[in-house]
Amino acid sequence: MSLLEVTDLKTYFHTRAGVVRAVDGVSFSLERGKTVGIVGESGSGKSVTCYSMLGLIPMPPGRIEGGAARFDGVDLLSCGERALREIRGKRIGMIFQDPMTSLNPYLRVSTQVAEPLRLHMGMDKRRAHAAAVEALREVGIPDPETRVDMYPHEFSGGMRQRVMIAMALITKPEILVADEPTTALDVTVQKQILDLIKARQRELGTAVIFITHDLAVISEVCDEVNVMYAGRVVERAAAAELFEDPRHAYTRSLLKSIPATHAKGEELYTIPGLPPDVSRPISGCAFAPRNQLGESGRCLTDSRPPLTEIAAGHWVQDCPGCLS
Amino acid sequence: MPYLQLSDLKTHFPVKKGLLFKREVDTVRAVDGIDLEIEKGEILGLVGESGCGKSTLSRTVMQLVPATGGKVVLDGEDLSALSPDAVRARRLDFQMIFQDPYASLNPRMTVSSTLAEALRTRQPELKGDALAGAVAELMERVGLDRRFVRKYPHEFSGGQRQRIAIARALAPQPKLVLADEPVSALDVSIQSQILNLLKDLVRDLDLTMIFISHDLSVVHYIADRIAVMHFGKIVELGDAEEVMARPGHDYTKKLLASIPTIETHRR
Repeated sequence: MSLLEVTDLKTYFHTRAGVVRAVDGVSFSLERGKTVGIVGESGSGKSVTCYSMLGLIPMPPGRIEGGAARFDGVDLLSCGERALREIRGKRIGMIFQDPMTSLNPYLRVSTQVAEPLRLHMGMDKRRAHAAAVEALREVGIPDPETRVDMYPHEFSGGMRQRVMIAMALITKPEILVADEPTTALDVTVQKQILDLIKARQRELGTAVIFITHDLAVISEVCDEVNVMYAGRVVERAAAAELFEDPRHAYTRSLLKSIPATHAKGEELYTIPGLPPDVSRPISGCAFAPRNQLGESGRCLTDSRPPLTEIAAGHWVQDCPGCLS
Repeated sequence: MPYLQLSDLKTHFPVKKGLLFKREVDTVRAVDGIDLEIEKGEILGLVGESGCGKSTLSRTVMQLVPATGGKVVLDGEDLSALSPDAVRARRLDFQMIFQDPYASLNPRMTVSSTLAEALRTRQPELKGDALAGAVAELMERVGLDRRFVRKYPHEFSGGQRQRIAIARALAPQPKLVLADEPVSALDVSIQSQILNLLKDLVRDLDLTMIFISHDLSVVHYIADRIAVMHFGKIVELGDAEEVMARPGHDYTKKLLASIPTIETHRR
């Protein structure tokens, strides 16, 4: 059985402008110790998917309209806030894009890194402080005995992200949700952070859900990739398989628009138009209006294409227009 | 004669300590002796990590930060020797495009008023229909629908906002455009649209551009030459293909090795 099994998750936001279907029937599963990637453009629902599982969606306007997220026999979506609190931050850790806004500027790093231990394990102050020093050492922060008593602003961006990772992993969680953890960092720092996440994952056996819009990062860290578009998964496959043999027109378009795949001076491929407005119901294939690589004329118009397995472990939305 | 010439350009910031009697304890050498020549019509890619001084360099070239030493010569004229008034007049010739278009556009001004204001800096006599026509022409130039002229920045997507910011930079008919991380905040599919647009504009309007980015694959794609900056100095400068294929400096090699790549076995 999978460690985490998300089935048909639907999260809608009820706003004055209408119902925004941010996540509209997403299913995926995560095995122990593996890394699953979620890629998509802004607004494709990748972050909302993870926030829904963790009960971090502001309600209202948000509402979880349906689905289940089973983690070790508990449905995270219906178990209630009290049960969720036992899991969040203890058995499921999170790191975010911008470590400055997710660390409290008024509190010393030691207080913040040790907080999960004090809350979830009831550890006393002295031991928690010692554990925080150890955790900072494990994520490669030099001179952790002195650094631990400093404030977040005294750390550089890369070091702050290391603090976040130390904090998220201090309770040895079974799952780590990483939401664009390297987007705000320089390439050399990005590599250090990705290597660090991989190393800690090996040592602790943590499973990782990795959210990003950067396909190259996904290809480096993930075992399996979900490509999201307009609140749904359009394609899922093992990372190597997805990049070698992308089937859905959206995945193919994304890979085709990366500068690295172009010869110098060659016109870059661009996906025409904009992602659809998810506050209006989409009846057929969501990608049809922007589909150039397939045959948009053959895209489904009356029903949303279902995700079907076309090869072992390779799932794709079964829309004739996007597959051709 | 190069179009833009930087010779031994330095921008140092003093670090002061003390409450009443401030004394200089140290200097931050953000830009430390840069020599660079850019030909007309060229796109120069400037890469480096945060804190390496690439933004300070662009601000110094723009005369937004006074240079501590050295010269900035644009089209035969030494900008660093001009009076502040003269710099203001010359600034029309060099414009900037920033990373976050939302932060650099006035949220209370419509597209039309933003662009009209920028157009009139160069042509103050422009009024009425002629002005409206120029705004519409500019919008078409950057691929914006002219029906959006009465809209405000918040009504646009990230990519469209960056198009507005580009249009505004082009309005005073600049000769040199400094693009500071113009695509870093955009999604992959939008990024490719903006890169294509910038490339077309440089070609069609005969612009000279300094393209600053930390993303080497983007710079490799768009730039003719690449300059790698590290601790305020240029450590490597060369033809884009050459730098990517045969990096000479250790720091460039480290940068190249850090780029995540899509691995496929068939390629």
